[in-house]
Amino acid sequence: MNKLPVTLIVNGREYKLTVDANERLLDTLRLQLRLTGTKEGCGVGECGACSVILDGQLVNSCMVLTAQCDGARVETVEGLGTATKLHPLQQAFIDYNAVQCGFCTPGMLMAAKALLDKNPDPSEAEIRQGLSGVLCRCTGYKQIADAVKAAAREEK
Amino acid sequence: MHTVNRPVRRVDALGKVLGESRYGADLRFEGMLYGKVLRTPFPYARILNIDTARALALPGVEAVLTAADIPGLHTFGTVIPNQQVLAKEVVRYHGDGVALVAAATPALAQQALDLIRVQYQELAGIFDPAQAMAEGAPLLHADSPGNIAAHHVLEKGEVEEGFARSDIILEREYETQLVEHAYIEPEVAVAVPQAGHRGVTVYGSIQNPFSCRKALSRILGLKLNEIRVIQSFMGGSFGGKDEIMSALCARAALLALKTGKPVQMVNTREESIREGYKRHPYKLRYKVGATREGKLMAMEIKIIADAGAYASQTPFVTWRSVVQATGPYVVPHVRTNIYGVYTNNCYTGAFRGFGSPQIIFAQESLLDELAEELGMEPLELRRLNGFRQGSVTATGQKLDNHQVSLMEVLDKAVEKSDYLAKRRQYAAQSGRFRKGIGLACSFRGCSLGAEGVDATGAMVSVQYDGSVYVYSGLAENGQGLQTIFSQIAAEELGISLERVRFMETDTALIPDGGPTVASRSTLMGGNAVRLAAAKVRETLLGAALEKLRAAAEELAWGGDRIWVKADPSRSISFEEAVNAACAKGELLTQLGWYKAPRVSWDDRHGQGDAYFTYVYGCQVAEVEVDMETGYTRVLKITAAHDVGRAINPETVRGQIYGGVAQGLGYALLEEMQQHEGEIKSLNFDEYLIPGICDMPEIEAIIVENPDGYGPYGAKTIGEPTLEVTAPAIASAVAQATGRRLRQLPLDLERVLLGRSLQKERYKRREGGC
Repeated sequence: MNKLPVTLIVNGREYKLTVDANERLLDTLRLQLRLTGTKEGCGVGECGACSVILDGQLVNSCMVLTAQCDGARVETVEGLGTATKLHPLQQAFIDYNAVQCGFCTPGMLMAAKALLDKNPDPSEAEIRQGLSGVLCRCTGYKQIADAVKAAAREEK
Repeated sequence: MHTVNRPVRRVDALGKVLGESRYGADLRFEGMLYGKVLRTPFPYARILNIDTARALALPGVEAVLTAADIPGLHTFGTVIPNQQVLAKEVVRYHGDGVALVAAATPALAQQALDLIRVQYQELAGIFDPAQAMAEGAPLLHADSPGNIAAHHVLEKGEVEEGFARSDIILEREYETQLVEHAYIEPEVAVAVPQAGHRGVTVYGSIQNPFSCRKALSRILGLKLNEIRVIQSFMGGSFGGKDEIMSALCARAALLALKTGKPVQMVNTREESIREGYKRHPYKLRYKVGATREGKLMAMEIKIIADAGAYASQTPFVTWRSVVQATGPYVVPHVRTNIYGVYTNNCYTGAFRGFGSPQIIFAQESLLDELAEELGMEPLELRRLNGFRQGSVTATGQKLDNHQVSLMEVLDKAVEKSDYLAKRRQYAAQSGRFRKGIGLACSFRGCSLGAEGVDATGAMVSVQYDGSVYVYSGLAENGQGLQTIFSQIAAEELGISLERVRFMETDTALIPDGGPTVASRSTLMGGNAVRLAAAKVRETLLGAALEKLRAAAEELAWGGDRIWVKADPSRSISFEEAVNAACAKGELLTQLGWYKAPRVSWDDRHGQGDAYFTYVYGCQVAEVEVDMETGYTRVLKITAAHDVGRAINPETVRGQIYGGVAQGLGYALLEEMQQHEGEIKSLNFDEYLIPGICDMPEIEAIIVENPDGYGPYGAKTIGEPTLEVTAPAIASAVAQATGRRLRQLPLDLERVLLGRSLQKERYKRREGGC
């Protein structure tokens, strides 16, 4: 397999990596960097559990080759906040019972962050549009949408 | 109550929002290998030969196993153990595995699979349950005459007489579809050989660690105490991570014991959908008789459920159906026959609802149709026949030991949704977009009922410093069990929730308390936690008596303190009580064990007290149908559910919203395509589950009638929430379009044309088009 050198800036930290030409960004994050917060649910870009922010854009990391990301900035759930300093979205997800099994949660959080980064004051419809790439089978989405709304208010 | 009945935050949310919670696929062990399974390309075939030599010769491959390498039995199963962990002589469905590989990387494991050569002799499969039941059909399991996996009968009264005394008789057929659980996390197992002695420890997305351990014991030929099953964080289950996990864990364990190394097996989504069991498709024939005034007189019901290749939970799923098939209505004369039938289709098993969504779709649609024939408002027909206090069910059970709240949930849902006014408003419409409103009701037996043994345990352990562990034999699958059990422990001990740490379910640390199914956790497990915590509290109060120089009945507790009721200034802190007890050498760890109250069942006539208590629910759906495309948009669902007592109203609401979402998928979107035993919709691009933009406004109404058996009166919420959504939507669509659809899902084709085109599509494709 062809190996390629790649530099990634993940959650503000620079990594110099060697990757397979066909290596998915999802695998680089999970296997090489051990950032296992990003999840794999379908492998075909449908469920959004692997959503991360790549140079400001929300992407399914299962559909992106790492080799194409040289020099890129990647944001994952691990960069969002810490136990002592939660991101407002993380706090709102806890406060609004937006988490059940939690498997879609990292993807939901990143989709919500990508949305609020661009649109700090989204309407209900804009929130739903912004989260529409991430599937959740537990919650029925209501408490997730409520949490994002609350976090937007909090950030203002 | 200071912690129970309050919307406290989930105790497991922090790790999940940080991305720190470890799910099975996140685990890594030193020297870990990756396992893969080779599956059959045929739904039904005899295995003539398996050649593993080339796969074994591939560098990096450490083991290649077939059924011949299994030390114990190659089959397992809860009721009828006929499921193969690896197929031995015959493959019975398209998901059966035939060989295993462990290799240094997942890519190598996949490469090795491609080098295994299997010779098959293809057999003529049976894919239609009616054909499988027909006289002279070949037997798919030698010990099951007529290919019957389960047959339940219910006879009440004199059905012929009931019809003879009816003014109106209606016969209708309904059909429900094959449905996938679609948890977002595909299955994963990691098996680690135990160091220093025989045995294996298994981690993973295991819904029922004890069922899994039992299967492993049988397959591996190990004692139960040589197998330790520890549940990882679960990315959803909904009933779906039971047998498929037993198989996956057993396979990983076989490879781990063979190689002496940890082995991880992760299913891709395609593998998960191909192998995993689904919700049973039902064909239901209902005949109902009623008087001119609308009094139900008789029902005769025949149901055929496709069990697929293996028994799995079919005997229990169909048993719940037979108990509840006439719905929450008084019917004096009933005859029900339900058959679970083996085919070479994907096997079917437990899925949230467990035999109820199918029958409720049929029975609620039927009531609507009867109401129309009678010229009655569907609501009135339900009020006329619905269960009230002291009503007798089809199984002859008198409902008098709990609050029969059907009318209450019905009234609340009707009022909040403005059902009657809207029903009138939508009665006559024209134009492209037409609205409709409909309702559906259910009653549901809580926990396992007369299915089998129903008991469970929990342990509460107070440490020297006043911190507390809670262990449970039931498992957190995402539903919020850890939070509910922690709340109950905190409530009983009178302490803050922050003191409680919930430990993951581990078969080595707690007695087998049965599976986490049947919406039984809060009711059964909650009682066990409460009993355990109450025992510890008694010890602490005993120690406090001496300190406070008071009698037991004079003490009160709460807010991390114990005090004398008459003089609250005479008090000690929780820590002081703990210290005092420890100083006396008292035991502050207790096991609580809760056995379900008595139930009864006469198998020959289907009569008895099937469940020890019931819950009631009603949902109203409002829809808008595009008459030109068949697209149905759900505008609002109003859901009223009696939960006994909401231990945590916020997580109850979460269950309602989530259940409604799954019910909406069942109603409108979801149908697993299967042609001649081959699953066609292998991923979320073809199998559509509701996304956020499909979801309407949901108004959740929590009704509380505390139950004598439940902890603090709490009963059940997980399953009732999804079982009534589809019939409510179907009823609303019928009003909007003026056409009753008797097959789920109500997708574009069915709403527009009245039938599905899917089956024709596969026929055309085979014809070469």
